[in-house]
Amino acid sequence: MRGAIKYITMFISLVLIQVLVLNQIQVNGYINPYIYILFVMLLPLGSPRYVVLPLAFIIGLTVDVFSNSLGIHAAATTFIAYLRPLVNRSVSTHEEDRSDYPGMKYNGFRWFLYYTIIMVFLHHFVLFFLEIFTFTDFLHTFYKVVLSSVSSIFIIVLSQFIIFRD
Amino acid sequence: MRSLFRYLIRNYGFFLFLFLEIIALFFVFSYNNYQKVKYLNSSQVITGSIYNSFNSVVSYFELARVNRELADENAKLRSRLQSDKQVTFTPEIIPPAFVPSDSTLFKFVSAKVINNSVNKPFNYITLNKGREDGIKPDQGIISASGIVGVVTNVSESYSMGLSVLNQRWGISAKLKKNGFLGSLLWDGGDYRFANLMEIPFHVGLRVGDTITTSGYSSIFPEGIMIGTIQAFDKPAGENYYNISVKLATNFKALSYVEVVENKNKEEIEGLGNIMQENEGGN
Repeated sequence: MRGAIKYITMFISLVLIQVLVLNQIQVNGYINPYIYILFVMLLPLGSPRYVVLPLAFIIGLTVDVFSNSLGIHAAATTFIAYLRPLVNRSVSTHEEDRSDYPGMKYNGFRWFLYYTIIMVFLHHFVLFFLEIFTFTDFLHTFYKVVLSSVSSIFIIVLSQFIIFRD
Repeated sequence: MRSLFRYLIRNYGFFLFLFLEIIALFFVFSYNNYQKVKYLNSSQVITGSIYNSFNSVVSYFELARVNRELADENAKLRSRLQSDKQVTFTPEIIPPAFVPSDSTLFKFVSAKVINNSVNKPFNYITLNKGREDGIKPDQGIISASGIVGVVTNVSESYSMGLSVLNQRWGISAKLKKNGFLGSLLWDGGDYRFANLMEIPFHVGLRVGDTITTSGYSSIFPEGIMIGTIQAFDKPAGENYYNISVKLATNFKALSYVEVVENKNKEEIEGLGNIMQENEGGN
């Protein structure tokens, strides 16, 4: 029950931070950090797929409705939610004593940084290419993916020092 | 059969993933036809009121700039009044910021921008006025400095629209000095510039020439400022100039705008429909 309340709070606050603060930052048309995928990243590692996938879809759709971009955030978050176990396995080198909660406090800075880099990059790649919906000007879009990824990774890692630590 | 079910159940994660992705992609494709998705956008009650209440706090920080713009606009209007001796100084008949040749045709409703973006390929704006204030889809949005966009979706008290910075939309524009028509498109890059297409080589251009709306669509009145020519060149092997237009409106700092209603819109569109029916009949 406490867990449910924690995740509902996390859902609402991340969506609000995303649409009211981060989406309003308009740095020269390239950088738009996305913090809300932290919700998908921080769901307990043991939670079953029938919970993780719909939740990811719903938070993506919520952000979509606010930013009038129906479907693209939902597709990108569902994508990373599906790949999350794979990413998690690839960044965990050997079976150490690992917490079910994939936050930085329990898993260490380095583990969380790698986890964030891969998840954010996959998400932004799907998001930006789905948004523009063409592979012409691939490098230009890729440049946007990289720049936004850097800012998102920075904000997500930074937020782990402040909120949703455990 | 049983093994098929066992296979489906064992891999339910993958099928759930496929199912959700298909829904999301269905939304993406159907949203291209943006009029159809009426309920999942920022003009709805919940999203609109969240943006509105947040904006009512943040907007205090913009007050200095908004006041300055209003004062400038007032000064401009007053000097126009001075130059036009026929108009007596009564508040009722102060013309709007842009006086179209037949100004009674158009009605202006002021609204506030409560959400806006400039860095996406398709940018949208949300306004704090809706159906109860007389706003309808396909009405133009202008600001004191120039055109802003067009309304697409309306709810009871909020509305949303495409801004000029949206690649799904082109505006009928003309050169102010000689009336040559072109269409204005945004290429998804810098929010300060757009491209003017279809101006043939024989037209004389100069950097700084003014581009205004043509008045050939029923969305905007004629002669509303769009921007000025920033640069142009003649691409080899083509018939039309490549013109970069510096937009007059600063889309990064939109606050108060006006929604334009064309009172004869239905009549104009009715004529177009008659034409189409006749063509269909022949």
